[in-house]
Amino acid sequence: MLQKSETLATLTNAGVFRADRWLVRDVNFSISPSEIVTLIGPNGSGKSTTAKMALGIIKPDAGDVKRRDGLKVAYVPQKLAIDWTLPLTVRRFMRLTEHVSASDAKNAMISTGIEHLENAEVRTLSGGEFQRVMLARAVARKPDLLVLDEPVQGVDFTGEIALYDLIKRIRDELRCGILLISHDLHVVMAATDRVICLNGHVCCSGPPKTVASSPEYKALFGGRAAPTLAVYEHHHDHTHLPDGRVKHSDGTITDSCHKDESSSDV
Amino acid sequence: MFDDFFSRAIIAGIGVALVAGPLGCFIVWRRLAYFGDTLSHAALLGVALAFLFEINITLAVFGISVCVSVALLLLQKKGTLSSDALLGLLAHSSLALGLVALAFMTWIRIDLMGFLFGDILAVSKLDIAFIWIGGAVVLALLVIIWRPLFAATVNTELAEAEGMNPGRSNLAFMLLMSAVIAISMKIVGVLLITAMLIIPAATARRFSSGPEQMAVLSAIVGCVAVISGLFGSLEWDTPAGPSIVVAALALFIISLLPAFGPKPVRAGDSVQQKHNEKQGPLP
Repeated sequence: MLQKSETLATLTNAGVFRADRWLVRDVNFSISPSEIVTLIGPNGSGKSTTAKMALGIIKPDAGDVKRRDGLKVAYVPQKLAIDWTLPLTVRRFMRLTEHVSASDAKNAMISTGIEHLENAEVRTLSGGEFQRVMLARAVARKPDLLVLDEPVQGVDFTGEIALYDLIKRIRDELRCGILLISHDLHVVMAATDRVICLNGHVCCSGPPKTVASSPEYKALFGGRAAPTLAVYEHHHDHTHLPDGRVKHSDGTITDSCHKDESSSDV
Repeated sequence: MFDDFFSRAIIAGIGVALVAGPLGCFIVWRRLAYFGDTLSHAALLGVALAFLFEINITLAVFGISVCVSVALLLLQKKGTLSSDALLGLLAHSSLALGLVALAFMTWIRIDLMGFLFGDILAVSKLDIAFIWIGGAVVLALLVIIWRPLFAATVNTELAEAEGMNPGRSNLAFMLLMSAVIAISMKIVGVLLITAMLIIPAATARRFSSGPEQMAVLSAIVGCVAVISGLFGSLEWDTPAGPSIVVAALALFIISLLPAFGPKPVRAGDSVQQKHNEKQGPLP
């Protein structure tokens, strides 16, 4: 009981079935306050779908998603197009979904380094500026759970490191749970408490250090870890066939991802 | 002042412009111009039904608009045809149905032109009451759903994730649109209603730095268009409804003149300068 009320959101065997195929299935993980969980995986591996289940935008077709009562969520979507017809300044954007006090808005803009953009029109911002504006808006809400879909998109490498530092600082200040999505991770290991690798299902998951030192991880990721900056390459040893079966790198086809049926899920 | 037909026309026209402006902003932001067109075309079917069942025309038009909105939502869920094809199908088939139904009722002689292009000079005191009371209700509801509707306009998933229930505000918006079509049909006619929704909003965009400001400005632009259009129609003996739309178009063209200055761009420039001055290390 106590354990349950502690977690912000829990996914149990959750899956989404659309147009005759499973977008993602058998997803198990939970996210707690002050925890950064990262979903990684290639395009179409179900990262956004999984995040949307956690957000409550998509109802699972299988399994169960539990969210804490009165959970306050802030969401930074992957894409947000604002065209010329919509006059929207950063100051107004900060109050998009609820009233935010002037001081909360100011603090959020200062901590994300965009206070000089307060009166700028949102559509005139560069990609990196807009990412920080979206982050500032989410932070100003003081959420329990912050979901960031590809927050480093369109941000250069130095900006990327700064952004991950910023995300960690947000976690320390707000003590909120953060669900992070990325398909191309360079700094993920330094910036996260738990990694969940998706490829239509959970391939492997756990704290980055435990996962990194495990033989399964080495086999799966072939990672190279530097002290501060973990750059890794991601190789999937199997692909998912349209009928749900799995083709392995050696050409064999089985019903499960792990030929010996031993799961590397944590 | 309600005894003079011209004053009645101006009061009715202003009532419509005050509601059409803010709602028209959402039409422009959400790219729903064709949706507005569809509802107003369907209005003629509502007119036919009103004659058939001898009910109030405004109520019948509202009812038909709601039916068409719901039909659109259901057909979109089925996902067989694209939205614009569905809108075209609904718009023109309901317009044609309305015309055919009216032709069948041989015992009724109606002024079809009055419904197609409006008959603002013939508004009664009852029409004015409908427009102002209905308009006040629409504006009050719009204020209530403003934040969730605007958030859903910017991004539906973001609004839903943060507990705004965009489905509900979208439905409410469709009902408000139906109400506006119903009360403004008499003023500009079914073929020109969309113009009253879109042109003032498009004119207001150049002078607005925020959504709320744009909504208020487009209501004002609409009022100016109604007043100048009606005086123009009196002066040159032109049809009233189209004259209002022409006046709105004239205001839009004036707003494009460089003399008025593209305000939003200037604001962006000064921000850019400030940004360059302040640019320091990243946080």
